[in-house]
Amino acid sequence: MNGIHDMGGMTCFGVIEREENEPVFHSDWERRVFAMNIASLAFLGPIDRARHAIERMDPLHYLATSYYEHWLAGIETLAKDLGYLTDEEIESGKVIDSKDTPHPPPDAEMAEGLARGGMPATREDGRQEAAFKVGEKVRARNMEVRGHTRLTLYVRGKSGVIARLHGTHAFPDTAAHDQGENSQPLYNVRFEANELWGDNVDRKDCVYIDLWEDYLEPAK
Amino acid sequence: MSDKQHHHDAPKNPYHESPRTDEQNQQLKERVEKIESLLIEKGIVAGDALEKLADIYENDLGPMNGAKVVARAWVDAEFKKRLLDDATAAIAELGFGGLQGEHMIAVENTREVHNIVVCTLCSCYPWPVLGLPPTWYKSAPYRSRVVIDPRSVLAEFGTMLDDDVEVRVWDSSAEVRYLVLPERPPGTEDLSEEELAKLVDRDAMIGVTKISTP
Repeated sequence: MNGIHDMGGMTCFGVIEREENEPVFHSDWERRVFAMNIASLAFLGPIDRARHAIERMDPLHYLATSYYEHWLAGIETLAKDLGYLTDEEIESGKVIDSKDTPHPPPDAEMAEGLARGGMPATREDGRQEAAFKVGEKVRARNMEVRGHTRLTLYVRGKSGVIARLHGTHAFPDTAAHDQGENSQPLYNVRFEANELWGDNVDRKDCVYIDLWEDYLEPAK
Repeated sequence: MSDKQHHHDAPKNPYHESPRTDEQNQQLKERVEKIESLLIEKGIVAGDALEKLADIYENDLGPMNGAKVVARAWVDAEFKKRLLDDATAAIAELGFGGLQGEHMIAVENTREVHNIVVCTLCSCYPWPVLGLPPTWYKSAPYRSRVVIDPRSVLAEFGTMLDDDVEVRVWDSSAEVRYLVLPERPPGTEDLSEEELAKLVDRDAMIGVTKISTP
C-alpha cells in the first residue's frame, strides 16, 4: 500500500533529534512491547504480516506516536484480526473467550534460540534461477500494490544497475497475506541520485536497495 | 546535543520531543500490562520467554559487538577479506548472529566512498552487532531524508565530506542487514585490537560519523 510509512525521499520532517546516552528502553512498557512482539511471532507472524499491521495504522496516529507504540498497535491489530483478542477484552483486561492454539507458546529456551539463531529468509524452494546478472541495467516496475510491499515509492519506474545477487528469499508481498512465500531471487540494485530525485541533482550520491525479482524488469 | 538548526525550510520536527504526558504514559503502561496478561493467559506468549528476550536485548547485544568485528578487520587483513566477502560467516567467527542478522553485508568506507545505512520503510537494523536502534534511526526525519540528501544528514552529525567522495546510502528493504566498516583513524598503529574496539562507536557503524584519532 502507498502509506505514510514509505517516507524515503520526503524532506518535510525537520531536524534529526538525538538523545545522548539513550537507554535501550525508555520505560518498562517499551521493554514489554518489544519482548511481546518477538515472542508472539509464532502466532502473529510472519514478520511481513506484522510489518503490514503497522502500515495499516491511521497516518496521523503513525506520525504522532513512537516506535514502540507502532509495535503495540501492530500486536493489537494482529491479535484481533487472527481472533486471539477482542476490543472488549483489551478494555476490561479479562479473558472472555479463548481460541484454541495449535501449540504452546515458545518458552524461554525457545525464545533464546530464536534470538540467537534467527529466522533466515533464504529458501531452497521457489525460483532459484536469477533472471538478471550483476552489472545489468534494470527498471523498478511502476506498479500498484494494494497490500504489503517492500517496493518503495521512490524507486518505482526508476532505472538502476544490479549490484549484487542475494539468492532466493521469501517474497513479502504474498507472505504477508497468507498467499505463500513465492520465494524468488533478491537483488541489491544501485540507483544514482539524479535518476531518483531529479535532473537538477548533481550530487555524487547513490542509493543501494534490495529488490525482489518480481519488482524488476529489463531496462528499456 | 541535538542540532537545532533547521534543514532548509522544513518545520521543526514535532514528532520527537516526548509529546506524551505522564497521564498518557500511565495509560500506555496499563494498556500494555493488560494486553500482556491477556496474551499470557491465552497461551500466545509465555512470561519467562518475555523476560528472557528483554534481558538479551537490554544486556547482551549492543554496538560493543560490532566494534569487535571492526577492530578485528582493522588488524587482521584476512579477516577483513572474509568480512567483505561473507559478513554473516565472518561475524559468526566472533560468536555473533541471530535475529535481524541472518544475512549480513559489510560495506567499507574509504577515501573515495562513504556508506550510510537506513531502513526507510520501518527501521530494520543489524541487532546482533549493534543491538536495538536508537530513536533517531527510527524517526521520520532520518528515514525520509537520508536517501535523498545524505550530505545534509551527515552534516547534522558533524560529518563533512569532500564533494568528490561518493556517498552510498543502503536502504535495508529486505532481510539483509548492513554494517559499515569505518576507516581506521590515522595514528592508531600502536593500539591493540582491544584498544581499537573502544574507539568504534555505533554511529560510525551506521555510517553517520567517522572515527577520529583519539
